[in-house]
Order: sequence, then structure tokens, then C-alpha cells
Amino acid sequence: MSEQNIQHEEGHHIVSPATYLIILLALLVGTTLTVLASYFDLGEWRIAPGLTLFWNPVVALAIATGKMLLVVLFFMHVKYSTKLTKLTVFSGLFMFLVLVGMTLADYFTRAWGRW
Amino acid sequence: MSDSTAIASGAPAEAHHEHPPYQRHHFESVEQQFDATNFAMWLFLLTEVMFFGGLFTAYLIMRNWYYQAFVVGSHQLSIFWGTANTAVLICSSFTMAMSVWSAEVRRRKSLLVYLCLTLVFGLTFLGIKGIEWHEKWEKHHVPGMHYSVQSFVNPQSDPEVYKEYQDKPLAPDMAQKTEEYFFLYFAMTGMHALHMVIGVGILIFMIFRARAGAYTTGHVTFVENFGLYWHFVDIIWIYLFALLYLISRH
Repeated sequence: MSEQNIQHEEGHHIVSPATYLIILLALLVGTTLTVLASYFDLGEWRIAPGLTLFWNPVVALAIATGKMLLVVLFFMHVKYSTKLTKLTVFSGLFMFLVLVGMTLADYFTRAWGRW
Repeated sequence: MSDSTAIASGAPAEAHHEHPPYQRHHFESVEQQFDATNFAMWLFLLTEVMFFGGLFTAYLIMRNWYYQAFVVGSHQLSIFWGTANTAVLICSSFTMAMSVWSAEVRRRKSLLVYLCLTLVFGLTFLGIKGIEWHEKWEKHHVPGMHYSVQSFVNPQSDPEVYKEYQDKPLAPDMAQKTEEYFFLYFAMTGMHALHMVIGVGILIFMIFRARAGAYTTGHVTFVENFGLYWHFVDIIWIYLFALLYLISRH
């Protein structure tokens, strides 16, 4: 019984309030940065004729993804959870990116070469 | 019939070993029960990711097709209220994480305080969202309900927005496509707000249960899994804020 208790203590990691506070501050800083970045025109990258990458959305989405990772890893305890949970979460997000990426790749390139 | 009798009388000592009252009989240990419910919650959240993913994809495709309409449409949103709401929701995620911590260390009072704070932040978010929606209603920017393209074919008629962005007038056919922007705006923020409303309902239920000491006996599964849901809703907003409010300012 005592052994089981010890195992349980190890199995269920309790994240400290200090960690939560640091993550809260990091998220608020991220929000400030992303709002500030939206006030500047960050320019564009002309990859090819008809294909331009604007930096503003890239920066906004990168900061949002950083915030998402902080929430998932610390607030949602994925960093401290079982391998099964880690694998499930990241394969789920990967699958999501594949589905969205393929769909967008299709729609965005349908008109290529027609102008 | 005879089989089940044999099993029932076969190993009574093993079948009924010591365990806390909240452990269901079909689980080997509390730990296994926690992991199983946690895993199930994540599977549910992944279906939610796919659901919102469809909306995000629709938004990105439409934005690519009717780019100018989506840019001027997003200029109608208030950066101030959007930022305030993001901060409110992040704070509510923090208080929710602290609720989970309070349940884990079995502090009933602190659990109640943090759950109530989460509820207050959640309601504040919905209130601010209501202010924003009301403004769209007043300016006839709700699709299908006397929708008006006035602000887009004649930007100077909307001095507050014009002052900040100096948008050029859109051709009538492109101006009509702003209705698509607002359709997706209401679909996405509306679906997000619906999740918040459901969360607020469960929070109220949890506050009553926590008052009776339900979550501070070592059984933290419900609080933990509700926390996952609440953080998920926060993550959706982080992306909505970036996509709807921020990326079209230039």
C-alpha cells in the first residue's frame, strides 16, 4: 500500500503556483508583443511572381503558437503527463496541420499560372 | 449463470481490495483511472480542434479570395477590446490552473476563491464580447440582418475607423464580400462564446460542489479535466485574436 502511495505521488505531478505565475506573465508579454507588432508594417517577401509572403500574419501566428505551446505544456500539464498523452496531443496537432495545410495548398494554388 | 457464480465466489478477497471511495471498480488503481479519463478528455479536445479547424480553414480560404474585403472588415474590430479580452481570458486560465493546484493540495477555501475568480473573468469576457457585438448590430454589420456596406463603399461615412486606417472605397461587388467576413467573425466568435457559456455553467456547478468539499479529498479528476477544457477555449481565442483582429492591420 505504501509503495502504491509513493508511485501515485510520482505519477501525479503537482505544478507549483510559481510556475503558473511565470507562464501567466509570459502569456501577457506575448500578448503585448503581438499587439505592438500589429502596429508596424513588417514588410513582405516576394518569393515569386504572384507569390508573396507578408510578415505581419507570420509574426502574429508565430507568437500565437508560442502562447499555445506554453498553455498546452504547463497549464494543461502535457509536459508532466504520460507518454500516451504526449503522443496523442502532438499526433493530433500534426494531423490537424496536415489537413489544414493540404486544403490550403489546394485552394491557394488553383489559380496559379492563369493570369 | 454458473460461470458468474464461480467468478463471484472464486476470488472475493482480490476482487475487493482496499481503495478510496472515488475509485471505480473497473480500474486497477486511482492513477490508472486518472490517466484513462485524462486521455479521454484529450481525445474529446482533439475533435474540438478539428471542429474549430474547419472554421479557421474556411476563414483563411475566404480571406485569400476576398482579401480587400477581409482587410477592411477587420478594421471594424476594436484592438482595445480585443486586447482587453485576451488579457482577461489569459488571467482566467491562470486562476483555473490555480484551482487545479488548490484541489491537488486539498485547500477548499483557496479552491473556491480561484473557481469564483475564473467565473468572474469568464463573465467579464462574455460582457466585453457583448459590447463588441452590440456595436456591430448598431452599425448594421450583422450578416443577413439589414446588412449595410456603407462603411466600405464610402469609408468617410465611418469617421472613427477612417481616422485610423484611411481605407480606400471598395467597388460595390467587393464591398458586398465584407458580409462574408462578418459571417465568419460571428460564426467563430459565436461558437467560441458558446463554449464559454457552457464552461461558465459547469463552473457554477463546480463552485457548489466545491463548497461541499467534493474536490479536496484527493479526487481531482473533474477539476483537472474541466481545466483542460477551459485552457482549450483560451487557446482558440488566442488564434481568433491573431486572425480576426491583428493580421489585417497592414
